[in-house]
Amino acid sequence: MHLKYESQLREPLVNGDKNYHQVTEDIVRPIEAKPTKLWYVGFYIAVSLLLFGVYAIYRDVTYGIGQWNLNKTVGWGWDITNFVWWVGIGHAGTLISAILLLFRQGWRTGVNRAAEAMTIFAVMCAGQFPIWHMGRVWMAFFVFPYPNSRGPLWVNFNSPLLWDVFAIGTYFTVSLLFWYSGLLPDFATVRDRAFTKLRKRLYGIAAFGWTGSTKHWQRHESLSLVLAGLSTPLVLSVHTIVSFDFATSVIPGWHTTIFPPYFVAGAIFSGFAMVQTLMLMIRKIFSMEDYITVGHIEAMNKVIVLTGSIVGVAYLTELFMGWYSQNKYEGYTFWYSRANLFSPYGWSYWGMMACNVLSPQIFWFRKMRRNLFVTFFMSIIVNIGMWFERFVIIVTSLYRDYLPSSWSVYYSPTIWEIGFYTGTFGLFFTCFFLFAKYFPVIAIAEIKYVLKTTGDGYKDKMGHLEHVPVEVFTHSGHGHTIVENDAASHG
Amino acid sequence: MAKKKFVVGCFNDEEVLFPAVKKVRTAGYKIHDVYTPFAVHGLDHALGLRETSLHTAGFIYGVTGTTTALSCISWIFTKDWPLNIGGKPHFALPAWIPITFELTVLFAAVGMVLTFCYISQLAPFVKKHHFHARATDDLFVMVIECTDTTNAEDLKAFLASAGAVETDIQIAEEGWWFGRYDKDEMRFENKQIVAA
Repeated sequence: MHLKYESQLREPLVNGDKNYHQVTEDIVRPIEAKPTKLWYVGFYIAVSLLLFGVYAIYRDVTYGIGQWNLNKTVGWGWDITNFVWWVGIGHAGTLISAILLLFRQGWRTGVNRAAEAMTIFAVMCAGQFPIWHMGRVWMAFFVFPYPNSRGPLWVNFNSPLLWDVFAIGTYFTVSLLFWYSGLLPDFATVRDRAFTKLRKRLYGIAAFGWTGSTKHWQRHESLSLVLAGLSTPLVLSVHTIVSFDFATSVIPGWHTTIFPPYFVAGAIFSGFAMVQTLMLMIRKIFSMEDYITVGHIEAMNKVIVLTGSIVGVAYLTELFMGWYSQNKYEGYTFWYSRANLFSPYGWSYWGMMACNVLSPQIFWFRKMRRNLFVTFFMSIIVNIGMWFERFVIIVTSLYRDYLPSSWSVYYSPTIWEIGFYTGTFGLFFTCFFLFAKYFPVIAIAEIKYVLKTTGDGYKDKMGHLEHVPVEVFTHSGHGHTIVENDAASHG
Repeated sequence: MAKKKFVVGCFNDEEVLFPAVKKVRTAGYKIHDVYTPFAVHGLDHALGLRETSLHTAGFIYGVTGTTTALSCISWIFTKDWPLNIGGKPHFALPAWIPITFELTVLFAAVGMVLTFCYISQLAPFVKKHHFHARATDDLFVMVIECTDTTNAEDLKAFLASAGAVETDIQIAEEGWWFGRYDKDEMRFENKQIVAA
């Protein structure tokens, strides 16, 4: 058992003098209350975007993906750009819940539930792009290796595109299981305090009959820890494998060994930016300021400036290698198709540089990291930048490759490509609004677990211990009562 | 399942709970279970529960995933349908590592979650007896099983002296059954909350 005492230098993770019941009240209140007007407005906008996307996809299936502006060499355009963009966003949730759990970062408890939900919805959006890009989507099951009557003809296990199927599929499944197993105790909390029959019944089903038994908690802890251990390499592997889609090809601008770490850093970067966007909205709409504190926002901004700078180093390394390799195709791609502002797509490269590398540097200043408006603005800028990055990588490498005679005309999307993309926004936010209304957006049980160590009220009461000499502190038994009992029960 | 008689003591602070658990166990009572709103570390040891083996099961599932991936892919690519891909070796182990890794994680995670639900008897539509509705909110609910020789009233008093804020006696069924929760008492009945 850990000591209850935590240094006063650390900011409290839960503001206000709360007790356990107050935590339940605060987090369950939005579920039990009627949704606000703002919620309805947001939800209807999301649903209309989703419907537009559904129509765009309906047209894709009916007329084929010829209605997109993909052309002879730009075979991947907005669709794969958006796929990589959404998968990248889907990396923050599992990073927060898994890697930060292993690193014992207490602040994850305030944001992990919503971040994991975001991950799942982002991966759902990402999955749409390769699926509908197949064109004949009714053949989509061909990507699975199963004994068939065509030989049997198997999938190519040596292909990164198949690795992607496994990586994204596993990532989605494991994230979903991790998220839902964490939700069980919180659903039970909602169930046990429900005051309508319907709510009691539905949350009763959702909570799987959770009672809070000590043995179940013991297994639950073991499960969370192992799932975190499994998800940590998993989250790194997924974007690594996505980067292999490019890196194992021989297209100039793609064929680089720096891709896996560069993609993973970029994924975390954009994922945290999306978490910031959503967290700032949640804490405002549902008055969760006590749980998602400015300290949480600051911690995530630190991750953003770190990963943004890693991505910046990667961009510069690529430029350097474009020159140093003395490969004229590499050199042309990096120094003409990308870095030259006056080349056809130069604007996207410099847009990316400005959004991803330059602007996050503002977070070296503590005042800026703790400024909510700056954070919100920056979180959107970063995601625009990360979209540009994927667009730059895909389109500027494809539109002019080895043979000038096959250089394509300028690629710009049709309304149906754009519609598909906005449709995934609709899907994402529809899911997110439903989640925010019907699910506990903050992990109730986990907040209660850290409450007495790091809650504002409890820290205040422990303030006087700062001045107690070490010898007195260690012998006075502060926080030791439990340890002794623990030991006694073993003995 | 047969109904049993239980004495229930509710505590509102885990720091009172731990000494109480010790007292109750020293006095020789059999603690059926303690229901808590969150994972109280060390409580499993205090109750004398053995460590869970769930992680071992997870390891076994993971190894199963690894072997499944490697054996399937190698059989397919070297025996069933050796495909010539750019003249590269049929047995291309490095190229199989991503899928092998993913299947290891997938098998371990899915297997562990299913095992967790199975051994903890958690599933949709499952219903269990809940000794106190606030056990998922802010109470630590200690449940003691009565034997023929237990004097329930004495035990209640004993629990109260150990710091329980609420005590009562319940006749309840152990285990689980299929059922719904909407027939249970509504703690927040008729409560109206307006603003979000």
